[in-house]
Amino acid sequence: MQTKRTVFGNRLLPYALLLPQIAVTVVFFLWPAAQAVLQSFQREDAFGLSTTWVGLANYADLLQEPTYLNSLKVTAIFAPAVTLLSVGLGLVFAVSLDRLVRGGRVYAALLVWPYAVAPAVAGIMWWFLFNPTIGLLPYLLAAIGYRWDHALQPTDAMILVVIAASWKQVSYNFLFFMAGLQAIPKSMIEAAAIDGAGPVKRFFTIVFPLLSPTTFFLAVINLVYAMFDTFPVIHATTGGNPAQSTNILVYKVFVDGFIGLNLGSSAAQSVVLMAIVVALTVIQFKWVERKVTY
Amino acid sequence: MSAIEIAAVSKVYAGGVRAVSDVSLSIADGEFIVLVGPSGCGKSTLLRMIAGLETITSGTVSIGSRVVNEVDPAARNIAMVFQNYALYPHMSVYDNLAYGLRNRGVPKADIDTRVAEAARMLEIEPFLQRKPKQLSGGQRQRVAMGRAIVRKPDAFLFDEPLSNLDAKLRVSMRGEIRQLQRRLGVTSVYVTHDQLEAMTLADRIVVLNGGRIEQVGRPLDVYHCPASTFVASFIGSPAMNLADAEVTGGAVAIGGQTIASGMAGIEDGRLTVGLRAEDIHPAASGTGVPFSVRYVEELGAQRLVHGSVEGRHLTMALLPDLPLSDEMRVLVAADRLHFFESGSGRRLSR
Amino acid sequence: MIDRHPWLDALAHAVLIAGILIVAFPVYVAVIASTHGPNDFMSGLVPLLPGGEMVANYRSMLTDGLSSSGAPPLGGMMWNSLVMALSIAFGKIVISILSAYAIVYFRFPFRAVAFWMIFVTLMLPVEVRIVPTFKVVADLGLLDSYAGLTIPLIASATATFLFRQFFLTVPDELMEAARIDGAGPLKFFRDILLPLSRTNIAALFVILFIYGWNQYLWPLMVTTTSQHYTIVMGIKRMSDVADALPQWNVVMTTVVLAMLPPVIVVVGMQRLFVKGLIETEK
Repeated sequence: MQTKRTVFGNRLLPYALLLPQIAVTVVFFLWPAAQAVLQSFQREDAFGLSTTWVGLANYADLLQEPTYLNSLKVTAIFAPAVTLLSVGLGLVFAVSLDRLVRGGRVYAALLVWPYAVAPAVAGIMWWFLFNPTIGLLPYLLAAIGYRWDHALQPTDAMILVVIAASWKQVSYNFLFFMAGLQAIPKSMIEAAAIDGAGPVKRFFTIVFPLLSPTTFFLAVINLVYAMFDTFPVIHATTGGNPAQSTNILVYKVFVDGFIGLNLGSSAAQSVVLMAIVVALTVIQFKWVERKVTY
Repeated sequence: MSAIEIAAVSKVYAGGVRAVSDVSLSIADGEFIVLVGPSGCGKSTLLRMIAGLETITSGTVSIGSRVVNEVDPAARNIAMVFQNYALYPHMSVYDNLAYGLRNRGVPKADIDTRVAEAARMLEIEPFLQRKPKQLSGGQRQRVAMGRAIVRKPDAFLFDEPLSNLDAKLRVSMRGEIRQLQRRLGVTSVYVTHDQLEAMTLADRIVVLNGGRIEQVGRPLDVYHCPASTFVASFIGSPAMNLADAEVTGGAVAIGGQTIASGMAGIEDGRLTVGLRAEDIHPAASGTGVPFSVRYVEELGAQRLVHGSVEGRHLTMALLPDLPLSDEMRVLVAADRLHFFESGSGRRLSR
Repeated sequence: MIDRHPWLDALAHAVLIAGILIVAFPVYVAVIASTHGPNDFMSGLVPLLPGGEMVANYRSMLTDGLSSSGAPPLGGMMWNSLVMALSIAFGKIVISILSAYAIVYFRFPFRAVAFWMIFVTLMLPVEVRIVPTFKVVADLGLLDSYAGLTIPLIASATATFLFRQFFLTVPDELMEAARIDGAGPLKFFRDILLPLSRTNIAALFVILFIYGWNQYLWPLMVTTTSQHYTIVMGIKRMSDVADALPQWNVVMTTVVLAMLPPVIVVVGMQRLFVKGLIETEK
């Protein structure tokens, strides 16, 4: 692991410097995580009086439990949908901006600020827009014959949360794509133009391949966002409904553990989620290390 | 036909910056023209206007007999070699070479032949399947040139292609570029800030300064007959010695010391006199003018003696084994003096 | 002038303008709604033009709150959010810069262990350890307090790694020269390293402030009395009226107030914000 070639010689000082972070890390991260793992192997009785060791039974139950499988399915739709929508739109806006000679800064400033909005707030705003009684969008949709109601129709609810969750992520992806586009040397684009490639061909044969590290990186980041940071969106809008159709994994952990007080199952779900994060993080670090340096 | 005609071309940026002012130049078919000058003189801007990468504010550029001001770079049938090579890093060398041909719909068999031919000429056949990042600087530069050659364009445009190479490589690549151009006979416009590259490569040199042409001519003509003090001090190494001088009745004096007399055709008054380092020679005592030696640079094949006449700094280029002393006397051949107007620096003809 | 395709340029402009409109639309509707009185929503459609109740709405929400939904005055909640955001941003920066300094400029037993411990926290977002972390906080008696709101969120791997990366790029010669000049580690840190880190600190501050302000799940769990509600988590309570229709005009007032400070920070310090985002992801 890298250090400076010369270091200070103090023996105790480094420990003192590290103490605050390590203390908080151990008390609030590592210890609870260990607890979660432990709890996932235990089950409380109905009155919460005693706990027994049940090994992998909680995990086995998860795989049988229809609501969990439903959550898996819902998340498997939700996360990729959010990723595709926000990464796709981010790319479209970044490429459009890159094309312009003037006005770039203004457009960028106007597209970047949504990142500052909390997912919960974004959720409420779109919830308001889609409100079946007074929302503007259902009104417009009714004009073309579609009756929108996200409290009753599962597809509508999913669309609502996907849009609300993607809305602010577009800015983030837009920013990173812009940085990636600016990293492509201008002379390469000029060479491609002189080589007879028009704008569309240049995008598909030169720009997009060179953007692939950024695209991959953003795909992983967005998946993690969609799986974890979107809790507020669900909680503030649909609450997992109707009929569990928007009950993503991370929301279910909260409901089962905090509200349902089913500690063993919630802990097992947490551990599964942890494993998914670890897998995604490992993929991200491995791939980012391999990021091709041109 | 691939002569290039540049007629009264100017480039003015928003905000009023004049990068190129009223430049006119006729480049013959097959000629190797070098645009040379210090940073900011407009040489790259001019090249990019020929390429179509910069818009032309006024004037016309014609390639062949076609005015190309409004023509896209891709349609001008030119090829460009960039300073940082601009190779496509995600494609193999073969694909880099083939890219331009594929975009123009050249049949695959033809692409194969042309790429093989260019690879052979540039000795990059072993690298065809490699990616650019696996190649050295010199090899990348050759691939960049290969990309230009396969297109069989009307003109080659070079934008300081050797600047990123180390000194030794620069010298050998210089020679290769020259031979290649002679062999292919394609009109070439080459931009550099290195006067040595300009001297060795060009059929004709174009010296640019502040967006304007200072002089156009064959390298040796420009060397021996610089049109201004700027050209005189830019071309040639060591730089030409320039000093204020007084002419009275045909006698040229620096700081009161007469260095030459009996000059015809020069009016009395103050002017700038130019002497090349190799035109100053040691003189026997009693002849010439006094010269105080400050320091000596040994180059091996040559010796540069830096000193002064009456406080004006002059550099002499001598053979290494000639005897030196702190105080010497030096002579200048009268017919080797150059005269320039004091204010404008323009050459005065005799 | 790589090529001339004016219609492509026009398309690019059109796409970007469409993007800006889509992005701004929900906020526009929210702002408009916040300027109306409670009865303007009865007509069945959200109004699209400003109403006259802006000052009234904002003043009442800031000072009185909405008792029917159990929401306290927004002024108080915004204060809590501010305290939380500033504490988290400040706390994270201080802790992380000290840790990064230790890891980069010292060699000591268990250094690698410390590094990996910090790294592991990247893979343990709150959602993954909800119940046990809550229990720890409860056991420590930190529920419903500013300490409970902020301290558990203060350890940050991203900030530590950002500082570590930055310190690694600081030339070794600076520290060697400082040592020769008689500076010990703390002096070096204060007089040389800190000033160099200024832009990174500022950029991080922007990002962390937004992070702290926008926290939802953690304040939701840790606060038990409305005294400590933050505004972002408080929104839910306002729109969460069991049988009656939510009072949209005041909900939207809350929405606008909840989003205003972070947006102002991002817009006002955009360059730092962008730098912070990009640096923390490397």
